Amino acid sequence: MTVAPVIKPVGDTGVLLEFGDMIDPALFDRILALDAALRASPPPGLLETVPAYVTLLLVYDPLVTDCDAIAAAALALIGSAPGARAVREHVIPMCSDADLAPDLEAAAQRLGMAPDGVLAAHLAAEYRVYMYGFAPGYAYMDGVPAALHLPRKPVPVRSRPVGTVMIAGGQCLITTLPMPTGWWVIGQTRTPVLQLAAAEPFLFQPGDRVRFRAIDRAEFDAG
Amino acid sequence: MGRCVLLVEQAGPLTTVQDAGRFGHLRHGVTWSGPIDRAAFAAAHRALGNPHNSPAIELSHGGITLRCLEGEAGFALAGGDFTARIDGADAGGWTTGVLRAGQRLQVRDGAAGNWAVLAFAGVLACPRWLGSAATLALVGLGGGRISAGDRLVIEAGAPVPAQPLPRPPSTTGPIRVVMGPQAAYFDATAQAALVMEEFQIAPAFDRMGVVLAGPALVPLSVTMLSAPLLRGAIQVNGVGTATILLADHQTTAGYPRIATVISADLDRAAQLRPGHALRFAAVSVVDAIAAARAAAGAEAAWLTLVAAGQGSLADRLASANLIDGVVDATGAL
Repeated sequence: MTVAPVIKPVGDTGVLLEFGDMIDPALFDRILALDAALRASPPPGLLETVPAYVTLLLVYDPLVTDCDAIAAAALALIGSAPGARAVREHVIPMCSDADLAPDLEAAAQRLGMAPDGVLAAHLAAEYRVYMYGFAPGYAYMDGVPAALHLPRKPVPVRSRPVGTVMIAGGQCLITTLPMPTGWWVIGQTRTPVLQLAAAEPFLFQPGDRVRFRAIDRAEFDAG
Repeated sequence: MGRCVLLVEQAGPLTTVQDAGRFGHLRHGVTWSGPIDRAAFAAAHRALGNPHNSPAIELSHGGITLRCLEGEAGFALAGGDFTARIDGADAGGWTTGVLRAGQRLQVRDGAAGNWAVLAFAGVLACPRWLGSAATLALVGLGGGRISAGDRLVIEAGAPVPAQPLPRPPSTTGPIRVVMGPQAAYFDATAQAALVMEEFQIAPAFDRMGVVLAGPALVPLSVTMLSAPLLRGAIQVNGVGTATILLADHQTTAGYPRIATVISADLDRAAQLRPGHALRFAAVSVVDAIAAARAAAGAEAAWLTLVAAGQGSLADRLASANLIDGVVDATGAL
């Protein structure tokens, strides 16, 4: 028995379905299942769907349909939805040499752990892509072990290159733009999450599972 | 009618290439981008006979100065009170014209409006990403930013007569919003303040959003899991400052959206100058959708006149009457 999502209009072009208020893998599976069902058989006027941690946004054309029709079409698909698509698993090679992991020492100190312990905990964890946001290709992954939870720094600092692996709270992210950040930088990868020129530019789909693999400098430098 | 090459002698900081937008990738963090003033964009292309989704130049305060190095091209300027000068001679605003080799086109802002569209008859050559020339200014993807020293190449289309365009249907009154989707993060006082109090456009604006000055709408909490949002969202930060999010908004964010500006009123709000006062009025979703349909009908009628090149004073008056009639008939504000 699951509770139907709460329906919130977003202006005259969107419907936000709220499934809950806590990150929960089972709840997210329901979001992904509905997302897949709507994409497989979109009601007239549905333009895009955007899954996130506990919500699914449905974007519609108000000249073709309306909020009630889109919400009703979505609710009718809940439960009858086909199983979620096969989940893909990714392994991301990451190097954490000091210059590529400038926050590792400070993070370890704040957590009362050794830097190697922080990395071991990070590498042992499995992450899940919950949503994209902020900028093209910024895939927010949940799954940072509780022992590694740190608040964001109060002020973003120094621009880091593309491929920076960083954590904050329960979230982990691989950057796709050089940009200052308040997250804790613990490594660097050469695996691009965003490949601008590719036909399919986005490495991850919401729901995908991700693990990290430690590599040494030679393997990192070899690309 | 051949190739036309323009040298950008000067461009304001918010000058970019835009087409109608890059749709279908919100789920991957790619926002729509596209023109801030969508009616002006549509009119500029319509007046030139270009396909609606063609690339054009969007400009803001600071304007643009172009020198034609080679060939010639018809152009259309639309949006706000921006005006054109060709070799120093006033060519007006909301107009078509022709720029010939050796001539200099200057576009400057006037008394009203933050955004204008300068389109050329034919095809403006530019990079595309995911099939769109729209520029996401944060990262420069798409057609890209335009700055001094750039060269623009146009495969020029059919010549256009230089003549004024009928002005768009004028809309006044409060900026209408649908409350939410995160209105529950605000107490009754803050929700009431949004629609009872006066706000002003703050000096800070760009393609991501317009910051509002006015009463602080302090949320009860900003502990919110990031959720998707759309253009028009009125997002409020922890100290109660509201921002109306525009074409380059982030696709998801963790600050609550107290309300969402309806699509019929959003571009009008974005054109309000810093310091301008504005008020919001809450409407139902049903009324918001009715307003979107009425606005689309009025815009279609106006664009028909734009395409017909009916730019005389008499035609403008006729167009204004026709369009007012459309709006009145639907009962929209």
